[in-house]
Amino acid sequence: MSDPVLSVRNLSKSFGGLKAVSDVSFDLAKGELLALIGPNGAGKTTCFNMLNGQLRADAGQVRLNGTSILGLNPRRVWRMGVGRTFQITATYASMTVRENVQMALISHHRKTWDIWRPASGLHVEEAMQLLDLVGMREQAERAAAILAYGDLKRLELAIALAHAPELLLMDEPTAGMAPRERVRLMQLTADIVAERGISVLFTEHDMDVVFSHAHRIMVLNRGELIASGSVDDVRNDARVQEVYLGGGTLFEGQAHG
Amino acid sequence: MSFYFAQFLTGLSSASSLFLVACGLSLIFGVTRVVNFAHGSFYMLGAYVAYALVQFVPGSILGFWGSVLAAALIVALVGVVVEILILKRIYNAPELYQLVATFGVVLLMQDAILLIFGGDDQFGPRAPGLDSVVRVFGEPIPEYDLVLIALGPIVLGALWLLLNRTRWGILVRAATLDREMVASLGVNQSWLFTTVFFLGSFLAGLGGALQLPRVSINLLMDLSIIAEAFVVVVIGGMGSIPGAFIAALLIGELNAFGVLVLPQATIVLAFVVMAVVLVIRPYGLLGKAETLAHVAGQVELPIRPASTLAKSIAGLLLIGLVVMPFLAGEFAIVLATDVLIFALFAASLHFIMSNGGMVSFGHAAYFGLGAYGAAFVIKYAGGSMELALLAAPLMAAAGALIFGWFCVRLSGVYMAMLTLAAAQIVWSTAYQWQDLTGGDDGLLGIWPSEWAKSKTAYYYLALVLCGGGILAMRRMIFSPFGYTLRGGRDNPNRTESIGINLRQHQWAAFIIAGVFAGIAGGVYVFSKGSIFPDEAAIPRSVDALVMVLLGGVQTLSGPVVGAGVFRLLEDEISRLDYWRAILGVIIISIVVIAPEGIAGFIKKIAVKAGFERNEEQAS
Repeated sequence: MSDPVLSVRNLSKSFGGLKAVSDVSFDLAKGELLALIGPNGAGKTTCFNMLNGQLRADAGQVRLNGTSILGLNPRRVWRMGVGRTFQITATYASMTVRENVQMALISHHRKTWDIWRPASGLHVEEAMQLLDLVGMREQAERAAAILAYGDLKRLELAIALAHAPELLLMDEPTAGMAPRERVRLMQLTADIVAERGISVLFTEHDMDVVFSHAHRIMVLNRGELIASGSVDDVRNDARVQEVYLGGGTLFEGQAHG
Repeated sequence: MSFYFAQFLTGLSSASSLFLVACGLSLIFGVTRVVNFAHGSFYMLGAYVAYALVQFVPGSILGFWGSVLAAALIVALVGVVVEILILKRIYNAPELYQLVATFGVVLLMQDAILLIFGGDDQFGPRAPGLDSVVRVFGEPIPEYDLVLIALGPIVLGALWLLLNRTRWGILVRAATLDREMVASLGVNQSWLFTTVFFLGSFLAGLGGALQLPRVSINLLMDLSIIAEAFVVVVIGGMGSIPGAFIAALLIGELNAFGVLVLPQATIVLAFVVMAVVLVIRPYGLLGKAETLAHVAGQVELPIRPASTLAKSIAGLLLIGLVVMPFLAGEFAIVLATDVLIFALFAASLHFIMSNGGMVSFGHAAYFGLGAYGAAFVIKYAGGSMELALLAAPLMAAAGALIFGWFCVRLSGVYMAMLTLAAAQIVWSTAYQWQDLTGGDDGLLGIWPSEWAKSKTAYYYLALVLCGGGILAMRRMIFSPFGYTLRGGRDNPNRTESIGINLRQHQWAAFIIAGVFAGIAGGVYVFSKGSIFPDEAAIPRSVDALVMVLLGGVQTLSGPVVGAGVFRLLEDEISRLDYWRAILGVIIISIVVIAPEGIAGFIKKIAVKAGFERNEEQAS
C-alpha cells in the first residue's frame, strides 16, 4: 500500500473536564472515501475542526503527505490542499453562483490584492467547468441568496474543488436535504473524487449515504474510536450495535429509490 | 499623601456620576441592542429640568431632592415617548440606522432645550445641607461629593436587586442573553423594551439632575457625556451593569489622576484605555460574545456594472459638472465644490461600510487628519498647496493605519464604538493641543496656490480629485480586492476557509478609505481657508453616515446622491432658526420611512418600470 495522504496519530482534545476527542488515530489512503460516524456529541466536528486548523489540539500528530499540518491556521491548511465543506452551508449570499466559485479561484491564484482589474472576468472558464461538474452551470448567474438548499450544497462542493484539493473534509455533506437528493449528491461527490483521485473524510448521520458510498467507516463514541473497517465489519460490530441501539436503520439497510 | 487621597475621592465621585449614566445606557443596549446616542440628551434634559424645578417651582414644594427625582421621572417619560414613537419602528434595522436615528433625536433635543431653556450656561444651587466641605486628612472635600460616592454603589445594589429578585428583572436578564428566545416564550417584548427604556432614561435623567450643584449646565453636555458613557459601557462590556461600575471607577480615577500627570490629554487617555481593553478583551471586561448577530434586513443582491441607463445618467451628470461654472454664479460654484468634497468623503465611508461591512462611526477622524495634515504643511513647513494636498492623504493614512489595526480586530457594535473612540482621540487632540492646532481658534489663512485661487479653478481641481477618487473606489469595489471585502462581510468563515487573510484585507480597506477621506479633508481646508477641531467631531462623522444612508447603503451611487442632497438641504435649512431640529426630523424620517435611501428608492422605481434588470426575474 502506498503512503497515506492523511495520517492522524493520537489526536486529543478536552474542553474543561470533558474529553471531546481522545487518542484518535487513523490513515486515509489516496482516493479513499472514509466515513466518520457516531452519535451526536461523539466528537466528529471537533475532529474536523482540529484537522483543518480551526481548533488547537491538545496532543497528537496530523500529517498530510508526511508534512505536519497540526497547529497551522485554516488558511495555511487550505493552501496545503485541504478543502472543507460545512454542515451549515457557507456561501456568499450577495454574489452570484459563478462569483462564489470565482472567489475561491481568485484566492487560489493569489489575486485577492488586485485592486484594479474587474473581478468578473477572472477565471470564468475554470469556474464554469467546476459548475458544470456539479450540475450548476444553468444557475451560474443566479444570486446565491435565492438558491434552493440542495443547490447551495452543490455550490459548496464546487467551491471546495476550486483549489484542486488532495483532501476534502466534508462535515455532514447531505444534512438538511431530501432523502432522494442525499444519495444523488453523495454519488456525484463519489464520482468526482474518484475521477480526480481526491481523498475524502466525511461525517454523516444518514446511514444509507454512508453504507452506499463509504469505502471504509470509523465509529466515534464519546471521543474514542470504537470500531473501524469495511461497511460489513462495522455493521456487525457488537460495540457499534450497542452505541446505536434503537437506531434501526443502521442494521436493516433500508433502500431508498 | 492626603492630597492623593482627596484626588482619589474626587475620582470616586465622578465615577458615580458616570456610572449612573452608563448603567442606563448599558441596560438599554443589553435588552434592545440599540446604541442610544440620545442617552446623553436625556442626561442633559435631566439637568435642565431639575434646574427649572428648583428655580421656578414656587415655595420649594419639591425641595432639592424632590426636584431631582421629579426631573428624572419627567426624563423617563420623555424617553418612553421617544421609544414608542421612533425606536419601536426600527428595532430590526441594522445598527447604523438605529444609531443615526438616535442622533436625530440628539439634534431634536438640542433645539428643544434651546427653545425652552435658552442658550446661556446655567448654574444650579447647592444641595441644601450639603453645601460645605469636610476635611479628610486635612484636605477639603465637598460634602456633596461624599453623597455621590455613596450613591453609585447604592444604585448598583438597587439594580442588582431589581434584576435578580424580581420577575421583571429575570425577563430583562433573559432578554439580554437571548432576545429571540424570550420572545418565543411568549413574553411581551414590546412592553419589556418600553419599561427598560423607562428605567434607562430615568437613570440618565437622574445622573444629569445630580450634576446641578457640581457643574454649569450647558448645551454641550449631551455629546461630551455620551462619548464618555460609551467608553465606560464598552470597557465594562455592553449590557453588563457590574462591568459598567468597574469601568466607571477606572475612568473616574484615570481622569482624577491623569489630570495630574497629563493635564492636556485626559480625554485622549480614556479612549486609549478603551482601545487597549478591547484589544485584550474584545467584548469588554465583563461582556460576553454576542450569541447571534441579529440579521433581519433584506438580503443584498449581487452588484452589477452600471446599466446603460445608469451610465448615461452618470455621463450627463459629468458633462453637467464640467459646464456648470459657465452657467452658474460664484455661490453655486462654491456650493458645488462642497458637494464634491462631501461626496468623496461619503464614498470613502461607503467603501468600507457597505462593501466591507465595517461600520465606522468615526470617519471624520480621517477627514480631520487630512485637513490638518494639509494645514500643517502650509503653516509650519511653508509648503505649497500641491505638497499639502499630498500630505493630506498621507496623514490620514497614517491615522487609519494605527486605528485600523485595532478596529479590524473587532466586529459589529464594538468595532463601531472603537472607530468612534478613534475619532474622539483625533478631535480632542486637535482641541487640546493648542500650540500645534490652535485649539478652538483653529488654523487660519490656508489658501490655494495662485493658479487655483479663483473659485472656478478650485472647483475644477476639486472635481478632478474628488471625482477621480470616487471613480477609483468604484473600480476597486469591482476588483478582486473589493469582492474579497464583500465576501468577508457576507461570510467571514467562508472567506477564511478559502485561504484569505480577511483581517489584512480589511485593514488595507480601512487605510484606503482613510486616504480618500483625507483627500476630501485636504481639498476642504483650501476651499474654506481654515480648519477647526469640529471637522473631526462626532457631528461630522454622523454627517457622513447620514449622507450614505440618505443615498442608500446598498446602492453604489448612493454616497454621491446622498452627499448632493444632504449638502443642498443643509445649505437651505442652516439659515433657519432651529435647523438642527429640522435636520433631526429629516434624519429620523429617512430611517423610519425610506431606509433604502434616495438612490435605492429610485432604483426600485426603475426596476419596477422595466428600465433596470430585476435579479429575481433575470434568473
